[in-house]
Amino acid sequence: MERDRGGLCETVAGRVEDSSLTSRILARASGRKKVEVGETVLARVDKVVIHDVTGPIALDVVEELKTRVPDPERIFVFLDHYSPSPSIPASNIHRRFRAFIRESGIRNFFDVGEGVCHQVMVEGLVKPGEVIVGADSHTTTYGALSAFATGIGSSEAAYAMLTGKLWFKVPEPLYVKVIGAMPEYACGKDVILSLLGVLGQEGANYKALEFIGPGLKSLSMSDRLTIANMSVEAGAKNAIFPLDDVTLQYVRSFGLSIDLSKLDYLKPFKVENPHYEVDLSTLEPMVAKPHSPANVAKVGDVEGTRIDMAFIGSCTNGRYEDLSIAARILKGRRVSRDVRLLITPASKRVFMKALEEGLIQILAEAGAIITPPGCGACFGANLGVAGDDEVVISSSNRNFVGRMGSPKARVYLSSPATVAASALTGHITDPRFFLRVGA
Amino acid sequence: MSLRRVEGKVLVVGDNVDTDVIIPGRYLTLTDPAELGKHALEGLDPSMPAKLREKNIVVAGKNFGCGSSREHAVLALVGAGVKVVVAESFARIFYRNAINRGLLVVEAPGIRQKVSEGDRVVVDFERNVIELLSGELVSFKPIAKEVLEIIEAGGLIEKLKKELQK
Repeated sequence: MERDRGGLCETVAGRVEDSSLTSRILARASGRKKVEVGETVLARVDKVVIHDVTGPIALDVVEELKTRVPDPERIFVFLDHYSPSPSIPASNIHRRFRAFIRESGIRNFFDVGEGVCHQVMVEGLVKPGEVIVGADSHTTTYGALSAFATGIGSSEAAYAMLTGKLWFKVPEPLYVKVIGAMPEYACGKDVILSLLGVLGQEGANYKALEFIGPGLKSLSMSDRLTIANMSVEAGAKNAIFPLDDVTLQYVRSFGLSIDLSKLDYLKPFKVENPHYEVDLSTLEPMVAKPHSPANVAKVGDVEGTRIDMAFIGSCTNGRYEDLSIAARILKGRRVSRDVRLLITPASKRVFMKALEEGLIQILAEAGAIITPPGCGACFGANLGVAGDDEVVISSSNRNFVGRMGSPKARVYLSSPATVAASALTGHITDPRFFLRVGA
Repeated sequence: MSLRRVEGKVLVVGDNVDTDVIIPGRYLTLTDPAELGKHALEGLDPSMPAKLREKNIVVAGKNFGCGSSREHAVLALVGAGVKVVVAESFARIFYRNAINRGLLVVEAPGIRQKVSEGDRVVVDFERNVIELLSGELVSFKPIAKEVLEIIEAGGLIEKLKKELQK
């Protein structure tokens, strides 16, 4: 495959099983020419991500083994879930991490306020073609940058931290062909919710969700990150987008130098028989109803559902583009008196850019409560917890029972545009209404 | 593998039991299995931790353990005394975490329709079958070789200890 530069489309077409981007990355990382779907490989891991929820169990292991991490540069540590800490136990976890960082020589440490791990990692740290594991299920996000990235548990994170390797079963690819162009009102969230409606909660379990097709060029990096992020809600081991101009422009904007001659194997290619097809041009604003991200409906089907709390943020939709479309809807208007709208920029960089561009002013004037960067309300532990019988609309990724607070709360997931529109009216609202009037 | 068979009473749960209901986010500053175990499956129903007290086998539907990667979900079940989870299918991160922590997980399609809460069953790892109250045998998928290596080493960390000593 690699000797035929530029002719990748023709060479790989039809050989679906052994030519997925995921297989190619895993083959290189395990020092092999080729790997077969279903076989187990021991692969080199380029980066390991841990945070303040899953990290402590990994630190227990490192301490129990009375050893030091051999290569601190591979390890990325984030205090993002309790940011800032809401409790004494969480503060003590943070103290422990800071001591560990001092002793271990880890330089890639992101303390409270720096942002959600997955957003910070895609701001110039993740490189195309890398193998990255994170003790967090949404590690799949980095597949938007043509990396193989998957979520693991804490023990495995410790194993990868201490050995630089991990075993993987080469996943079967599920090809999703994207056609058409994104309508102005649609977000990456509408794409992935539509897809989750088709796949269901375990439709991609153990599989690699590989996105292909001419429609990819109309998906921005922000959209791709959202889609890769929530692929895990269908059980996917990883999600991956091919390396194209959108990827290159994005990673280069963070000053990363990319040697294209070594990344030919990540370029787009044709697949004769994709498993699924998504036509972007027919997208409608979508929601996931309680209590599953795969329980999807069109916004129109639930329009009018009264809400108490609205949240824009998380590794799924807390980026500059998400705040920007919210600001377009909220500008010069006022959030309903019956709703609290919480906005948590996903990273400090996002926050600073939103500040410089005047978005924070627009959002705050409309009545939004702006919180420090981090996981925010998504995780149900701080910065806005839902009470009994409350209804929430959220741009985050999960609406399981109790996820955002009370087990009696009901959470709807949607794009940040739909959250903003709903915050204005006090009930679930199609964002097209405001985008048409206010644009 | 020293564990040849597990005998006990079952707790039956449904499809898509996610890790947020196995151990809700508000308990995640805990890491001690015994403490986590007091809240195991609490998200499904507050009565679950009490129900688990005299049961050591969980029988579940499809996609058990979907959602977050939190290893606390496995630790909570272990802390509550669960020895085996038998499910129609598992979400992948939970499956790996379980193996790594010595919680036995077996996939037995059709199992959920065949048992009721409180039934006494035997999970037999030599024959790869579950023996039901009625005497009926339900077979489960044999555990994969690479997974068995981790179990035989006593979990991933024990395996790592041995590797580091080499």
